[in-house]
Amino acid sequence: MGGFPILSLMLLVPLAGAIACLKLQAQAARTVALTATLIDLALGILLWLNFDVGGAQWQFQERHAVFSSFSYALGIDGIALLLIVLSVFLMPVCIGASWTSVTKRVGEYMAAFLLMETLMIGVFASQDLFLFYIMFEAGLIPMYLIIGVWGGDNRIYASYKFFLYTLLGSVVMLVAMLWMANTAGTTDIPTLMAYDFSPQAQTWLWLAFFASFAVKMPMYPVHTWLPDAHVQAPTAGSIILAGVLLKMGGYGFIRFSLPMFPDASAQFAPLVFALSMIAVVVTSLIALVQHDMKKLIAYSSVAHMAIVTLGLFAFNVQGLEGSMLVMLSHGLVSGALFLCVGVIYDRLHTREISRYGGLAINMPRYALFFLLFTMGSIGLPGTSGFVGEFLSLGGIYQVSTWVALAGTTGIILGAAYMLYLYRRVVFGEQKNADAAAMPDLTLREYLMMIPLGLAVLWMGVYPESFIAPMRQDIAALDARLARVKPAYDGKLIVGKGAPLAHEEAHGEGGHN
Amino acid sequence: MDLAHSLRLIAPETTLSIASLILLLFAAWSGDKASRTLSIAAVAVLVGCMFLVAPALCSGAMGPDVMAFNGQFRADAFAAFAKLLIYGSSAAALIIAPAFFERTGSMRAEYPVLILLAALGMGMMASASDLLTLYIGLELNSLASYVLAAFLRTDGRSAESGLKYFVLGALASGILLFGVSLTYGFTGTTSFAGISAALQGGIPTGAVFGIVFVLAGLAFKISAVPFHMWTPDVYEGAPTPVTTFFATASKAAALALLMRVSLEAFGSQAIAWRQIVMFAALASIVVGALGAIGQTNIKRLMAYSSINNVGFVLIGLAIATPQGAAAMLTYLVIYVAMSLGGFVAILMLRDDEGRPLEAIADLAGLSRTRPGLALALAMIMFSLAGIPPLFGFWGKFVVFQAAVQADYVALAAIGIAASVIGAFYYIKVVKIMYFDEPMDAVKGRSDWAHGALLVIMAVFMSPLGYLLTKWLDGLAQAAASALFVAA
Repeated sequence: MGGFPILSLMLLVPLAGAIACLKLQAQAARTVALTATLIDLALGILLWLNFDVGGAQWQFQERHAVFSSFSYALGIDGIALLLIVLSVFLMPVCIGASWTSVTKRVGEYMAAFLLMETLMIGVFASQDLFLFYIMFEAGLIPMYLIIGVWGGDNRIYASYKFFLYTLLGSVVMLVAMLWMANTAGTTDIPTLMAYDFSPQAQTWLWLAFFASFAVKMPMYPVHTWLPDAHVQAPTAGSIILAGVLLKMGGYGFIRFSLPMFPDASAQFAPLVFALSMIAVVVTSLIALVQHDMKKLIAYSSVAHMAIVTLGLFAFNVQGLEGSMLVMLSHGLVSGALFLCVGVIYDRLHTREISRYGGLAINMPRYALFFLLFTMGSIGLPGTSGFVGEFLSLGGIYQVSTWVALAGTTGIILGAAYMLYLYRRVVFGEQKNADAAAMPDLTLREYLMMIPLGLAVLWMGVYPESFIAPMRQDIAALDARLARVKPAYDGKLIVGKGAPLAHEEAHGEGGHN
Repeated sequence: MDLAHSLRLIAPETTLSIASLILLLFAAWSGDKASRTLSIAAVAVLVGCMFLVAPALCSGAMGPDVMAFNGQFRADAFAAFAKLLIYGSSAAALIIAPAFFERTGSMRAEYPVLILLAALGMGMMASASDLLTLYIGLELNSLASYVLAAFLRTDGRSAESGLKYFVLGALASGILLFGVSLTYGFTGTTSFAGISAALQGGIPTGAVFGIVFVLAGLAFKISAVPFHMWTPDVYEGAPTPVTTFFATASKAAALALLMRVSLEAFGSQAIAWRQIVMFAALASIVVGALGAIGQTNIKRLMAYSSINNVGFVLIGLAIATPQGAAAMLTYLVIYVAMSLGGFVAILMLRDDEGRPLEAIADLAGLSRTRPGLALALAMIMFSLAGIPPLFGFWGKFVVFQAAVQADYVALAAIGIAASVIGAFYYIKVVKIMYFDEPMDAVKGRSDWAHGALLVIMAVFMSPLGYLLTKWLDGLAQAAASALFVAA
């Protein structure tokens, strides 16, 4: 690629689209938004193809000292690459999902989404602490407007809650960032990732970052904004919220908390474990009793994100890789599930589970896709969910068998609430005449479902494509954390021979 | 130190004085018909003065060369920075006025003259290096301001606001003078350099009282808690162009003066006043934020917002470092731009008969009836709340950066956490404009001057503003170091 500023271009395309959309009529705005997101998707694929797996850690770097106190520095490693690809992949789906369902103020709606896309890519591509912060925080504005203007009945409350919760979390992080920049004398993220802060300072810094990422993630007990925001957001808002915004929290842990404050991370790992264990069990149980489809999936997101945090704080390669895969898979699957909800919501305008039933009879093709994504969410082998959850839990098992036990409960409960949801909506009798009269998928809906379905299967069958770009980065992170790695709590006697080093997903077992 | 040198240094002040006298004569001669012409002339004078002071800032003027009249007056880079801000916002207050006053036929020829006189006083406040110059500048500004607040004579609220401002302002001046006299009594001098030298060895209790009273008097002028009570009433009652003037030029001048006094005269004894300023800073942030929540009038809301913002500026003062001073100046520039934009947007809110609208409820659904205006106002609100990528974030960023650099991490953390409370009412305004059903109350056509100013401020506040950060930073550093060289 040479010196071609592809990352800047990826930021610029949606931004230009956003400005154009503000002035356009509904249909033109839709076309412009779709074009812009498709161009960005093409650029994202180009980025992936040109990413040199096994090459330099940071690629496609751009650096311009145009600002005082911080610089415009972009660059990606494998972890950021995958999350950027996820974002640009989901964006056209979002636009498609709101093609007909959003009818009021279409131009502004599309502008908000395109702005969101710029900011998401910016978060993952930033190599400067404050540039990251600006992108991270700026996402509040479009998301606030998306929930508030195009959301459901209780949208005002949800939008306030979303805004103030996340803002409070991140301002504390800003103070920590200022302190870090002042102490380390640099705002360059790669440099800071190798900088050793004193353990006392790490404790405070970790807590400050945790305040932000835990809310964004969201972790128990600060997850309560998520169900409200999801239920009230329009379908596409939910897709982007679950698909990408939640990943910012996980990305924050992987990029900041773990490498920059390894000692504090080890110190607080029990806290994270405790919160995650509670989250897995409690939110899964809450999901089980929901009557609202979106709320159910929202709670399942909290449970899945708890598996991510468990894997991250296992401090080993399986755990870290597993967490990344869970994030990617959850991005696809939960996005797809919200899309599935959106499809029937557009037809019947209710999210009440009991208003549906027996959809397999009148919407068999829809039922097929819904089943695939349900299985993905449960973690059936062959779907993307399995690979990530298996690796995460395998990673955590090497640290604590009890935590792994609690984590695995989440998978079982996950199967329970997802299958229960599926049974109530798709199987059974057609007790509601209006639901029974709903037509099957349209071409537009096929075009959104099929790529998502293929991606879910691809990640489930051949996860190596997704692990390869980040293998080196995870290994570097693992090496950084080696010093503080916790001891295994099991009393097992490990055999002499290392597991077979295979080209497959869990080939890194030999690291321990 | 000869007279010619001194006269050269006060060229902007001389220009303003002569121009205001000429305009006054002209106003008396030709009456209110000529008020538009007079306004244009006054704007031209202010812009000319900006060109006169700019070189001092660009060259980073400081040291003994810039002292005039035996240390009474100092035309250094700091003064130049403040004056650019003051003259610029005074010019803006002149530009936006005719469209507002002419509707009711109350545009009078005195308005530009009073603004010029106030700007002259403010310039002297920024340049003061002696307690007497300080007082003369302050009173010249205040007297003009009292009249301006009551400019709509027939309007009860305007008259009330003028009276309130006058009574409380006179009280504050009295407190300030008492502090000045105590300071003089215990240090034996009125010049800032002399006070600083006299306090070098330690601070007598009497002088501490002096500082406290001086700070109390100045806290009134910048509307910091606990001397903020007048702000909402005066901001609401005064005609909107005048409120704009108070929120921008007056605020900048009073803060510049406060910096001069605290950092130059009492700079060596920062420990004596730091706690007071810290309290005022945090209290202003919290009271400004909480007070704004229940407001239904947008001008009162902006008043509380200004109290809130002063709190952030004071954080820069509390740490008493050159970085802190530079951060305060940067914050001031951004704040002045934001308030200017905010008030211009408020001026553009008019019903179908051209009457000004001030109720926040009238903004309902503005994004559908007037999308451009709503977008600009939303940007201003998010910017005031300090949400990136809008430029308002940068002001908070530099202030907290300076605080963290000076090792006041707890102060920064509390201050920034309290800013979240403030975010609530700013996003409430956005909510009313974007989420609520349209009221369709805003009808009136806008003056092109208002539109142009609003566009300029909106562009400044957009992420494009960050491109200015290097330049702004350089100027603020130069100005702040001039202040510390003088100390």
